Amino acid sequence: MGILKPEIECASREDMKALQSARLKKMVENAYNNVPFYKQKLDELGISPADINSIDDITKLPFTLKTDLRDNYPYGLFAVPMTDLVRVHASSGTTGKQTVVGYTKKDIDVWSESAARAIAATGGTKDDIVHVSYGYGLFTGGLGLHYGAEYLGATAIPVSTGNTSRQIQIFQDFGSTVLCCTPSYALYLGESIRDAGISLDTIKLRAGIFGAEPWTDAMRKQIETLLGIEAYDIYGLSEIAGPGVSFDCECHNGMHVNEDYFYPEVIDPETLEPVPDGTVGELVFTCIGKEALPLIRYRTRDLCSITHEKCACGRTTVRMSKPVGRSDDMLIIRGVNVFPSQIEHVLLQQGMEPNYLIIVDRVNNLDTLTVEVEMAQNTFSDTIKDLETAKKKLEAAMQNTLNVHAHIKFVEYGTLPRSEGKAKRVIDKRKI
Amino acid sequence: MYIKQLSVFVENKSGRLAEITSIIANAGIDIRALSIADTTDFGILRLVVNKPDEAEQVLKAAGLTVSLTNVIAVGIPDRPGGFAETMTAIADKDVGVEYMYAFISRDSDRAYLIMRVIDNEKAISALQAHGCDILDGNSIYKL
Repeated sequence: MGILKPEIECASREDMKALQSARLKKMVENAYNNVPFYKQKLDELGISPADINSIDDITKLPFTLKTDLRDNYPYGLFAVPMTDLVRVHASSGTTGKQTVVGYTKKDIDVWSESAARAIAATGGTKDDIVHVSYGYGLFTGGLGLHYGAEYLGATAIPVSTGNTSRQIQIFQDFGSTVLCCTPSYALYLGESIRDAGISLDTIKLRAGIFGAEPWTDAMRKQIETLLGIEAYDIYGLSEIAGPGVSFDCECHNGMHVNEDYFYPEVIDPETLEPVPDGTVGELVFTCIGKEALPLIRYRTRDLCSITHEKCACGRTTVRMSKPVGRSDDMLIIRGVNVFPSQIEHVLLQQGMEPNYLIIVDRVNNLDTLTVEVEMAQNTFSDTIKDLETAKKKLEAAMQNTLNVHAHIKFVEYGTLPRSEGKAKRVIDKRKI
Repeated sequence: MYIKQLSVFVENKSGRLAEITSIIANAGIDIRALSIADTTDFGILRLVVNKPDEAEQVLKAAGLTVSLTNVIAVGIPDRPGGFAETMTAIADKDVGVEYMYAFISRDSDRAYLIMRVIDNEKAISALQAHGCDILDGNSIYKL
């Protein structure tokens, strides 16, 4: 169903490898010649772009880490002059600084096409009305699916997040046929429709594309029943492009990687050696189809497995399993990536001690983030008003850095794990 | 003119008040008055005791977050209207009250207010003009 680019998505392995080899070579040349960071890295390893002739040579190349993006903040890894850049996005960094990514016009096309393939895989056509309830802004979710819909020729409705009753009104009045949002929000929308007694006959949704956070098959079935749709998974990260790096087809048997643009590998996070198909390891991508940010072997920290087996849908592209976890301590809260180190950064910035406990839960299908912070002598006051003010100030600072609301809960001094050693700082109560 | 009040940060956990007040009891310190201000997550236990500095020490030694604040202790007549008249007196001078708590004394005709106000001096002069007793530390700790 709905294969947008059969010549690519159903290509033989030989043809795909030839395409990937040519693109890798070109991309490494671009990185080497235009990004001092990569020139230095390759020089140190004694590798020249001339040594890269086939996609199999990729294992000669060094890895790129999220910290490399931070160390070269904001534009240091860009391979093109600003004049060629048409857009930037940003995602959570490990400290106060965001991870900044950039796109040329061609990069936007690559990404839009990738997202369009995901919409097409749901049976999407130019007659669809794509209701985008991902956030618009620095986060890639909203604009990624929006451009994907337009690339396909469908109608995009940029609803963005929040205001559930308005979302439902738009379903009814605008005739939305495909919903794009986080799975937890889809569930929340479905329950709100049910609880409001609204008949599904008044809603034309037929499919949903959900991603940016982990979800289970049980959630998929619930969403499908509540909204009367078929639910599809989508995967992506801003460093590589955004949503559409890989996507679900009607077989729901792993996500097809757009490997002509984003070359996947799975490695053992300890030894850094590639693992065989079917073995869970850390997912690594090389942006062989992109110009502005030609990341080489970028370690996503997502743990999953891949398979090269041909899918029953007809596509031959590599499929990845749903990520089963992380090889770092990143949390995904309402689709927003949060690192415990960011929370620590905010506390220090606010002159507080870095003793904290993060509690993540899911209440009524929406993630909640609570940060327990110790009440130290210098913050304490005898009036509730002062303590409420301190709490609000800290919550505002957290919101600024994390881009998601954190409820601050003051606890007694000395009751939280200390910063020395491997303190357990995260309790994730979500059942996903 | 002021008396020292202890404020202790307390999490909303059952048994916590018993534990904290036991620390004071074990040090032989007597509580004269107390109030608890609470929110969903935490509370502030406010105490007037006979030995405030000692109490602060033992509570801090037990790892608690404690502060000492100067508050005003006022003696008022214990009869209908006694409190209302006092409040009117300070309201007329535009003195804002942050918090207060009250207790009656062993003497039949006196009641006491412990007040934290925005402007101490203004409050005291308004209260004195109204004829209230402003108690000093020694007299309240010995009550």
